[in-house]
Amino acid sequence: MSDHMLSVSEISCSYNGVQAIEDMSLDVGVGEIVAIIGANGAGKSTLMKSIAGLIRPDRGSIKFCGEDITGTPANRMIFKGVSYVPEGRRLFANLSVRENLELGAFSERSRDVVEARLAEVFDLFPILKERERQLAQTMSGGEQQMCAIARGLMCGPKLLMLDELSLGLMPSLVEKVLDSVAEINRKGVTILLVEQMVQEALEIANRGYVIQVGRVVQHGTSRSLLDSDELRKAYMGM
Amino acid sequence: MAESVCSRPSNGGTILADFSQVLIDGLMNGAIYALVAAGLSLIWGVMDVINFAHGEFLMVAMYACYWLGSLLGIDPLFSWVLTGAFLFFLSAASYLLVVRRCIGRSAMAPLLATFGLSIFLKNFCLNRFTPNFRLLSGTIMEGRVLHVMGASVPLPQLVTALFSLVVLGCLYYFIKRTRIGWAIQATAMDREAAELMGIDTGRIFTLVFGFGGMCVGIAGGFMTSYLAVFPEVGALFSLIAFVVVALGGFGSIPGALLAALLIGLVESFAGFYIAPVIKYVAVFALYVVVILIRPKGLFGW
Repeated sequence: MSDHMLSVSEISCSYNGVQAIEDMSLDVGVGEIVAIIGANGAGKSTLMKSIAGLIRPDRGSIKFCGEDITGTPANRMIFKGVSYVPEGRRLFANLSVRENLELGAFSERSRDVVEARLAEVFDLFPILKERERQLAQTMSGGEQQMCAIARGLMCGPKLLMLDELSLGLMPSLVEKVLDSVAEINRKGVTILLVEQMVQEALEIANRGYVIQVGRVVQHGTSRSLLDSDELRKAYMGM
Repeated sequence: MAESVCSRPSNGGTILADFSQVLIDGLMNGAIYALVAAGLSLIWGVMDVINFAHGEFLMVAMYACYWLGSLLGIDPLFSWVLTGAFLFFLSAASYLLVVRRCIGRSAMAPLLATFGLSIFLKNFCLNRFTPNFRLLSGTIMEGRVLHVMGASVPLPQLVTALFSLVVLGCLYYFIKRTRIGWAIQATAMDREAAELMGIDTGRIFTLVFGFGGMCVGIAGGFMTSYLAVFPEVGALFSLIAFVVVALGGFGSIPGALLAALLIGLVESFAGFYIAPVIKYVAVFALYVVVILIRPKGLFGW
């Protein structure tokens, strides 16, 4: 298991006594793109939040690069190399694009490193350079999503977790955003993503996990999941 | 405050001199209200907590400055540094020991906790220092008056007012232009997202509470140069600070400044041109009218 960047083993989480996920396990290898797919309320975001440290699992353990990180508070995770881009983008609406990006690099003290990362994300999303001084809330949904991803990259993460990137975006934009995710991955960042656009997500992912009512019901390579009749019927309407 | 309108120019009595006197009094009081209110506004804006002990923090600062002046002979011109720092730590400690336990519970919890803290501080000072008024005498600025456009401007009030504006400016710059300031704004906008940026929002809350206390620590330190200190002195200031914060829009420092100047002017003009007894009636009537028309305040988001 040592080549796994992230190993989640048998975690269970609940909100106010209601079980959200139960005995869920998954692994993410170095350099992979892993997609988590499933319907609304299946527990995808709960899983992401418990890895990011926003929720403390009731049972089970989470290991990152060999270190047990179960229950580490969210504000420490970025220092370990885990960055989480939450569902709904959650940009700081009344701050400018530039200020949002600077906050993404809050954990980084060296000015040179911050400048270099800014150059990198502007290279990836040139539109953000144009919008640098604009308030985050005045941008379109697609631009906001790019800004959220860029903010997640500003800390120089080893693992980037992306939650529901496609939410509220038109289909042509979803592909564009997912293409940039693939590009980020080629630059060496491991990706764990949650997506309801199953087909599109599996096209860029190496492997996938299918989640239903708080449990992993199927997992395998993207190819095998795309070919699975069960999955095609359940999520792609084919 | 209460005494400020009484110092009529001896040479004048002309309409213009009266007017400029009332105008300057109003602006000076407004500037001090702004600094007191900024602390309250900052805490509310970031944490959604109304600090009911805010006025009592001001009272504690004034006592601290009074005792520094009368026992150690340190003039309020210098002791504001000490009272500012002292109130920063007192306020941060109140957050860590009291308010922190109430965050995330029902909205009434921090309200009642800070109300309890205010009763404790008030009665502690009543018990230790008696209810008597104490005025620090022999200060450097005592009795000095400038004459501007026929109005007489007491130096202690003027220096307090100008310094309040400087502190407000520094606070505003800090929040808008520094890394920690951005972290404070981020925490105010979305605490969970701020955590994801690696911001320890618990520490930001402590810092913000400390800054809130520091504002009244500095204001109270200067005010001791012309106002008497007694255990109830914070009550009126905190009431006015609430009105200023509600008028200015919760969490907005420029809003607090404009609202505070407006309140200062309404108070001084109503007090002079209508009748001294109705100056606070006018202030609170204005508040009621504005809140009915614009519930988010004059400059609220």
